[in-house]
Amino acid sequence: MKKEFKVIAKIIQNNKRVLDIGCGDGTLMEYLKIKQKNDVRGLEPKKNLVQKCISRGLSVIEGDAEKELSQFPNKSFDYVVLSQTLQAFLYPESVLNQLRRIGKQTIVSIPNFGYWKVRLHLLFKGTMPVTKNLPDEWYDTPNLHMCTILDFVNFCNKKNITINKSMCLTNEKISEITKKNMKHKNIFSQLGIFLIQ
Amino acid sequence: MNSVNKNLKKLVVNHSLELDCGKTIKDFPIAYETYGKLNEKKNNAVMVFHALTGDQFVTGINPVTKREGWWTTAVGPGKAIDTNKYFVICSNVLGGCMGTFGPTEIDTKTNKIFGTTFPVITIKDMVKAQKYLLDYLEIKKLLAVAGGSMGGMQVLQFVSLYPDSAYSAIPIACSASHSAQNIALNELGRQAIMADPNWKKEGSTPDKGLAVARMAAHITYLSKQGLQEKFGRKLQEKGSLKFSFDADFQIESYLRYQGANFVDRFDANSYLYITRAMDYFDLEKQFNGNLSLAFKNTKSKFCVISFSSDWLYPTVENKEIVIALNTCGANVGFVEIDTDKGHDSFLLNVPEFLKTLNEFLNSTYKEINNEKRI
Repeated sequence: MKKEFKVIAKIIQNNKRVLDIGCGDGTLMEYLKIKQKNDVRGLEPKKNLVQKCISRGLSVIEGDAEKELSQFPNKSFDYVVLSQTLQAFLYPESVLNQLRRIGKQTIVSIPNFGYWKVRLHLLFKGTMPVTKNLPDEWYDTPNLHMCTILDFVNFCNKKNITINKSMCLTNEKISEITKKNMKHKNIFSQLGIFLIQ
Repeated sequence: MNSVNKNLKKLVVNHSLELDCGKTIKDFPIAYETYGKLNEKKNNAVMVFHALTGDQFVTGINPVTKREGWWTTAVGPGKAIDTNKYFVICSNVLGGCMGTFGPTEIDTKTNKIFGTTFPVITIKDMVKAQKYLLDYLEIKKLLAVAGGSMGGMQVLQFVSLYPDSAYSAIPIACSASHSAQNIALNELGRQAIMADPNWKKEGSTPDKGLAVARMAAHITYLSKQGLQEKFGRKLQEKGSLKFSFDADFQIESYLRYQGANFVDRFDANSYLYITRAMDYFDLEKQFNGNLSLAFKNTKSKFCVISFSSDWLYPTVENKEIVIALNTCGANVGFVEIDTDKGHDSFLLNVPEFLKTLNEFLNSTYKEINNEKRI
C-alpha cells in the first residue's frame, strides 16, 4: 500500500464509519476494513474497479461524486476520504461542501502543483508540467483544477473551513505542515494531506 | 399439466396465510427444488427467486419441459452460484403453474380448476409463502437471497419483511415499484390473453392470446441494438419479400417461435395473476412513500446489479434502490454491467455479470465463516 494511504489510515480511528470517494480498486478500503475494523463504503466511477472492489467483498457503488453524493445523509460517516481527486472535479468547491456535510471529518489529499519540479518544468521547459505524480499531458488530463498546498490552505481560510491536521509527503517521508514551514513545504512536498471539518 | 405436477417435490403449508387482497388460504402446496448440499452450520443456503415465467427448476434439465433450467448459466456445479459449494433453493411462486398453489390447481369447494376465481396475489404474498418453505427446511439465516426482474422484487420484499434472515441480498435488474411503462406492457399482455375467444372457455386454452403476450414481452427483454445485430432486416427465406403476412423477416419467425413454445409450458391465467402481482408491487408505498424505511432494520449486505441496455428495469430504477439503502446506512454495493443484451442479460452468458455474482457471493461466504461479522 502506498505511503499516502498509510498516512490516511493512521488518521482514521478504529471501528469508525468511512466513505472512500474514488476508492479505485479498494486497497485503502480493504486495509481499513481488515486492519482497523472500520465500516467502509466506497464510490467509484470506473466499472472495472467497482467490480474488483465487489469481488474483494467491499461495498462500493458505481457512480460519479459530482452527482451521487446528495443521497448520503448528513454526518452519516465519521470520515469521508478523497484521495488526489479534488482537482478532477468540475465544481470542486461544491463537492467539498458535500463531503463536509456527509462526514463528521473529511480527509483530502492533493497533488501539490507548487512542488519545485513542477515549477521548474514550467519555468525552464515552458510547457505544462508532466511529473511522476502528474503524468498526463495537458490535453489528456482529468485534472481541471490544479492547486498548491498554499492554495488549499488559503481556500480553507477564506471559506472558514477548519483544518484539524495538515501533513505533507516528500519522497515518501511524512511531515507536519505548520504556519512557519508552509512556504517551504509548498516547494518541497509532492502531496498535501488535510483533515478538515 | 396437473398430472405431471403431481410428481413434483412439494410442501403442503399447514398454516393459514392472509393474502393482501383480504382472503385467507391454508393447506396450500409449494412446489420447490433444491440443489447442492446444506452444510453442518446451515449457512450456505442461497434462496433464488424466479421471474415472471420461471419455475423451481433453476438448473439442470427441467423434468416437465425437458429443457435446461432457466438459470443454468448462473447456477450449477462450478457456476457463478456454485452448487458444489452452496445449497440452492428455489420454489415456484404463489400463482404459478408448476405445482405451487395457483389458478391451475383444483378448487376443493367446486372440484373445478380455479382459473380466474383464484385470489389476486401480490409479491408480498409470494414471499410470505416461500418463507414457510425456509422454516420447513429449518434454515434460520440464508447466505443470500438472489433474483432478477420479478425475482429481484421478491429479494427486496424478503429483506424488508425479514431483516435478519439473509446475510446478503442480490437484487438484479429490478425495481422497488413497477413503473407506468411496465404496467402498460403487462396490461398489453393481459389484454391479448383476454381477447382470445378461448379464454375462460371450458376445455380450451387461449393459446393465441398467450403467445401474443409472450411475443410482446419478449421484445421488452431485448434491446434495440441487440435485435438489430442479431436479426437486422434478414429474411427468413433467401430471396425477395413474399408480399404476404407470413413471417418474411427472421425476427417475426423468431417471435412466433417464442410465442408458440411458451404456451406449451405456461398457463394463461397464471400469466394474468403474476403480471398483476408485479404491477401491484410498490415497496415505496408499503412504507408511506419512504423507500429507505423498507430497509431500516436490514442487516443484509446488498449487491445491486443493473444492465446498461435494460430499458424494462433501467439502471436509474435500480439506483433508486441503492439510494434508499444508502439513506438508511445499509451496506450496499452497486454496479451497472455494460451489455447490449437488454433485460434478459441476467439469464444469459454475460461474463462480467456472472463474475460479479460469483465473487460477491464467495466473499460474503468467506466473511461469515472467518469473521462472523459483516
